Amino acid sequence: MDDQKTTVIDTETPLDKNVWLMSPTQMLLRRFFRSKLSIIGLVMVIGLFAFCFLGPLVYTQWGETQLDKSGKTEYATSVTTYTVDGVTYTVHQTTETHLVDNFLSAPSAVHPLGTDDQGYDVLARLMYGGRVSLLVSFMTVLLLTIFGVIMGGIAGYFGGVVDNIIMRICDVLMCLPGIPILLILSSAMDGWVAQDWIEEEMRIYILMLFLTFISWPGVARLVRGQILSLREQEYMVAAEAMGYSTGRKIFKHLVPNVMPQLIVQMSLSLGSMILYEATLSYLNMGIKAPYTAWGSMINIITTNPDILQNHLYVWVPAGVCIVIAVLGFNFVGDGLRDALDPKSRR
Amino acid sequence: MLKYIAKRIGYAILVLLGVSLIIYFLTRLMPIDFVKDKVNSMATSGATVSADMVDAMYESYGLVENASFGQIMEGYVNWLADLVKLDLGTSFKYGIPVAEKIAMHMGTSFVIALIAAVFEFMIAIPLGITAATHQYSFRDYLVTILVMVGISLPSFFFGNVLKNWLSLQLGWFPSNGLVDATKDLSGFALILDYGRHVFIPILTVVILSIGSRMRMTRTNMLEVMNSDYIRTARAKGLKESVVINKHAFRNTLIPLVTSMAGLLPSLFSGAIITEQVFDLPGIGNIALQAMNAGDIPFIMGYNMFLAVLSVVGVLLADLMYAVVDPRVKLS
Repeated sequence: MDDQKTTVIDTETPLDKNVWLMSPTQMLLRRFFRSKLSIIGLVMVIGLFAFCFLGPLVYTQWGETQLDKSGKTEYATSVTTYTVDGVTYTVHQTTETHLVDNFLSAPSAVHPLGTDDQGYDVLARLMYGGRVSLLVSFMTVLLLTIFGVIMGGIAGYFGGVVDNIIMRICDVLMCLPGIPILLILSSAMDGWVAQDWIEEEMRIYILMLFLTFISWPGVARLVRGQILSLREQEYMVAAEAMGYSTGRKIFKHLVPNVMPQLIVQMSLSLGSMILYEATLSYLNMGIKAPYTAWGSMINIITTNPDILQNHLYVWVPAGVCIVIAVLGFNFVGDGLRDALDPKSRR
Repeated sequence: MLKYIAKRIGYAILVLLGVSLIIYFLTRLMPIDFVKDKVNSMATSGATVSADMVDAMYESYGLVENASFGQIMEGYVNWLADLVKLDLGTSFKYGIPVAEKIAMHMGTSFVIALIAAVFEFMIAIPLGITAATHQYSFRDYLVTILVMVGISLPSFFFGNVLKNWLSLQLGWFPSNGLVDATKDLSGFALILDYGRHVFIPILTVVILSIGSRMRMTRTNMLEVMNSDYIRTARAKGLKESVVINKHAFRNTLIPLVTSMAGLLPSLFSGAIITEQVFDLPGIGNIALQAMNAGDIPFIMGYNMFLAVLSVVGVLLADLMYAVVDPRVKLS
């Protein structure tokens, strides 16, 4: 063990005073924090959570749905030339328009990141939008993991026909195209909204819920594979002899042994779920105005090329936030995987 | 071998049956009135499909309102029967058979994806090898970080950043479409124009996809470098370059070639987001537009097409594995 402190062993003191004792968790954390990338990832994730959930408590000037009504004056100049009796007159005309909303204002002291095309403060919306993006992704990953653990646990423990059926369902679900399938569901929901069956706000939640139902096979396969090898071990025979119930054997004795791999899987899939949510929002299937999410904040450039080119402050910050979130979770997941891998000792 | 292939194909058909069931019932979730309204408005605004045709099609798919379970199943079976005959129906939006429309735009997507894949392999493999042979060095970290950033970039964001920077700000490349409609080009000039149009999309795809390929190469290479025969090769006094290129790299080729075979079908599927950002007439963009318009035959056809591609990809990868690695016996 290169992690252990070397101490001089004398026969006088009892053994447990002589050796440096570390629980597996301590060893894992030690290996995790040894990698700089893991720490960077953790800082990114924690920073982003603080920004989204604590930020609005500090930055109270603007709310998520609060329009800047301070007004805006636009000038439009036009030059017209007339030719009357051989004399050319050039008329310079300037139109001054007073608008109610202060939209697309460049970053300033009042709006650190400017305002968007409606007149909402970009920084405030970045914080509130992040809450939606992060929470939706978290819930999705949590649900799909729970679902995957249950299905994988059942398949691995019982084997035989049950295993076969569950694994075949996994095969089918893994062949489903992700985004296109969600597009079908979304257009079905267009109809539901038109028929007043559901509220427009529910759309992204239903989509992500559906996403959990098609993306659990990854987790299920992982859990099943582990359990197949674990269930042959002696302690499972002991559990059998103790007369424990099946549920207790699966979820109390088998699943906790898969936990490390599950946590790695979860942190990596958090990244991909944030990307999914952002992509759906970008395709205008996300949460609806006046509320927003990171992907929705970028959606505006699909319809307004002027903003894409000239008002970077409206859409780039949201993109940067998405990248930071995904990168952070990927770094953490990677660091955890390396820390858990008995082969990669450093 | 043949028996194995036959078994796998039979099994793939079962999987596809399951996929078709899900796609059909998802589509059935749409309220019929809503779809009819949408199609009617499409018909009045000059689409080539009349409302009567749509009604007839609905009838044959069993997509009638308040249908009983029997009718729904009958509709599914009818649709499936057409599907087996490769008849995907007529697209509401485009007014031509869905299969024809898919075939028309598949080429564009395929060429872009193929060029991107070639660059991806050409860049990712050497990077993966240097990262592995210099494990935990500065180079390894740099490559790993860059690659991680690449994996984490959302395609719609990165595509738009590149489009804005290289095309709108610097004006080096055209920002959308596949050809310059204002010029009448032919021959080499036309190919050059295509190249200018697809440059940024390909760059986007390459940067986004390079990461996973590089990681794969690195992981495999590391595994091989730790094996006994590499130690033997070094002990024999072989040059390090020979050890790496001849002994180690050859064995990392197994998973690489396998994944290449698996990748092949997916080259046809089109990249929805990238094609949407750069407004390319690829299959992904066409499908996105069809889906926004509520074009049911196209939606169902396109999704089945994607499912078939991924099933074929898995099958090819498994078969390739046996072809490349003589230790693997299929049974």
